[in-house]
Amino acid sequence: MNNNAQIERHTVAVLVDNEPGVLARVIGLFSGRGYNIESLTVSAVSEDESMSRITIVTSGTPMIIEQIKAQLDRLVPVHEVHDLTAEGAHIEREIALVKVVAGGAERRESLRIADIFKAAVADTTRESFVFSLTGKPEKLDAFVELMRGLGKTEVARSGVVGIARGAKAL
Amino acid sequence: MAREPMNGAQVVIKALIDQGVDVVFGYPGGAVLPIYDALFKQNQLRHILVRQEGGAVHAAEGYARSTGKVGVVLVTSGPGATNAVTGLTDALMDSIPIVCLTGQVPTHLIGNDAFQECDTTGITRPCTKHNYLVKDKNRLAQTLHEAFYIARSGRPGPVVVDLPKDIQFAECPYVGPSNVVHKTYRPQIKGDRKAIEQAVEMIAKAKRPVIYGGGGIINSGPAAAKLFSEFVRMTGAPTTLTLMGLGALPATDERYLGMLGMHGTYEANMAMHDCDLMLCVGARFDDRVTGRLDAFSPGSKKIHIDIDRTSINKNVAVDLGIVGDVAHVLEDMIKVWKAGQKQVDKKAVAAWWKKVDEWRARDCLKFKTDKKIIKPQYAIQRLYELTRDRETYITTEVGQHQMWAAQHYRFEKPNRWMTSGGLGTMGYGLPAAVGVQIAHPDALVVDIAGEASIMMNIQEIATAVQYRLPVKIFIINNEYMGMVRQWQELLHGGRYSESYSAALPDFVKLAEAFGAVGLRATKPSEVDDVIGEMIAVNRPVIVDIAVDQKENCFPMIPSGAAHNEMLFGPDDEAGKPVSEEGMVLV
Repeated sequence: MNNNAQIERHTVAVLVDNEPGVLARVIGLFSGRGYNIESLTVSAVSEDESMSRITIVTSGTPMIIEQIKAQLDRLVPVHEVHDLTAEGAHIEREIALVKVVAGGAERRESLRIADIFKAAVADTTRESFVFSLTGKPEKLDAFVELMRGLGKTEVARSGVVGIARGAKAL
Repeated sequence: MAREPMNGAQVVIKALIDQGVDVVFGYPGGAVLPIYDALFKQNQLRHILVRQEGGAVHAAEGYARSTGKVGVVLVTSGPGATNAVTGLTDALMDSIPIVCLTGQVPTHLIGNDAFQECDTTGITRPCTKHNYLVKDKNRLAQTLHEAFYIARSGRPGPVVVDLPKDIQFAECPYVGPSNVVHKTYRPQIKGDRKAIEQAVEMIAKAKRPVIYGGGGIINSGPAAAKLFSEFVRMTGAPTTLTLMGLGALPATDERYLGMLGMHGTYEANMAMHDCDLMLCVGARFDDRVTGRLDAFSPGSKKIHIDIDRTSINKNVAVDLGIVGDVAHVLEDMIKVWKAGQKQVDKKAVAAWWKKVDEWRARDCLKFKTDKKIIKPQYAIQRLYELTRDRETYITTEVGQHQMWAAQHYRFEKPNRWMTSGGLGTMGYGLPAAVGVQIAHPDALVVDIAGEASIMMNIQEIATAVQYRLPVKIFIINNEYMGMVRQWQELLHGGRYSESYSAALPDFVKLAEAFGAVGLRATKPSEVDDVIGEMIAVNRPVIVDIAVDQKENCFPMIPSGAAHNEMLFGPDDEAGKPVSEEGMVLV
């Protein structure tokens, strides 16, 4: 096989039955076949809660990406598979909650950086902040990286959700 | 029409009958007692009691593969379900339609580590096409019908339905099969018309075409095999079949090159390597077929027809993929071919055949016969000659005997060859033969076995005896796990670590102890008589054929090698050591 093929990062949206075991099926597919999961999010999205949307960020050669989509599509409870990366312009967002434990200059600096990133303060004590930040994963990466230099940090991230731009709805 | 209220167990029986099931392979236990009680009270469904649950699944596989129908299994919770796992995985790998009903502890005990509880849906998730745990009695009937639909349609496979005991007792509503439409699962049956036209153009332009057919043709049904043969004859292309595809084209057809792959024929593998166009029909470019991937058929355009989109571009990138059922796609291809009055490039194809015939002339399956020692290939050749004019079904275990059987037993029709291809399950052949014989009571059913493999599910002779199934177990006995020994010889300096079959039973006495008939041949001159007697006896028979212990299976593509790097015999081995990359491959 062509090992020199470029590794690509793809965001895939999967609409599935909101039933027990479906997420295990999807995750088992990735671990069983050795595919990457960079992030995975899931939530019920239909009005009657009968369907869930799983957003998976994965990476691989074009042949692997094609396999991943075909394998997902083959699962019985899967309704639709959309490769947001391949299908055109789309929006990706992620939320991070970042706790920074610091005092003095570091504490003030963390607040200043949060302001630059338009992160909200979700919680505060005299020696800590919890910042809430929404944005593209790269923006969150940069924010977390800066905060790590300022004190003890704890990070919770939601994983990426994505949706196509434009008027067409699934 | 007012129906008598039914409990879950009765709904199960009714659903099976409405699905056209006539036989269930199973083993009772605490968590399926209500279903066994419902079985007891009816006489439409026949239950075959196996001796271990693994045997039930293989028997159902044999039944399914020899009939094209769904094989049905009924086992209890916990160990009943876990024993079924190997068979389920086997059926998944070889695309065999199975519905396996497993008992489960009552819903209120699930998750409490109850007696004989296991997470059946969790354990079987990766080894089934789909599985269900029925927690809502109102969904029971529909779930059962869905299970059959999923098992048989698209690329067939095993489906597990886990049935808690309280659901089996509860009064459950019944719906018939026709009232069930699946909301998501709709496999693509018809191939894309444009792609089919393009495929026909490509084939008509080819100078060195090869057709490579697989188990998908068998799964699609006898009509697919007919259409496949018709297309082969229309194009006149050299044609090879995978292990799972044997019988899709009659072996006596002059265009047939034999099986391809690791133990395939020289002409098949060379034709694959040197072709300029490859038409793959219902096969999946498995590693046993392709050999070294970066040297696989380097100069060819490749067309791949498969009902499973994941099979296309998985191992080998192809130029044209067509998703669809092979019978439908072939039918359309034949129509397009005829409508366009297409012709192959006759001159080029004739020249190509000349080349192929040169490879054929090497006669790669020939072996040295011996007056004193029975060669395993000889035993299988004689079995073929003496059974070919009968209605014969062959199953196998896994190992050297399986490859020799694939090489030397020649199949004229589909569904006559049952073997564990993908998973390579030793112990498959005897229970599979039981399933085949149940489906075809008057046919001759022979399990070509090895003495090591047969020990893995030897208990199923008792099943054959109980139901008076005259299955024949034809043991190619070399007192070694032959394929293991062959690889140890080739790759590990002849250090035969644990591959000697020590402490073997006396198979003749063993047969007698089970109430079957035991026969033995130790000299070539005895082989025909023993086979004749085996056929004549209308009872289960174990035939112990003492064969040359040192014989290896050739030709062979060593692991990590390409199609044009075959070994032809023991003298070849020294000259071509296996590469380091090859060593790590299985």
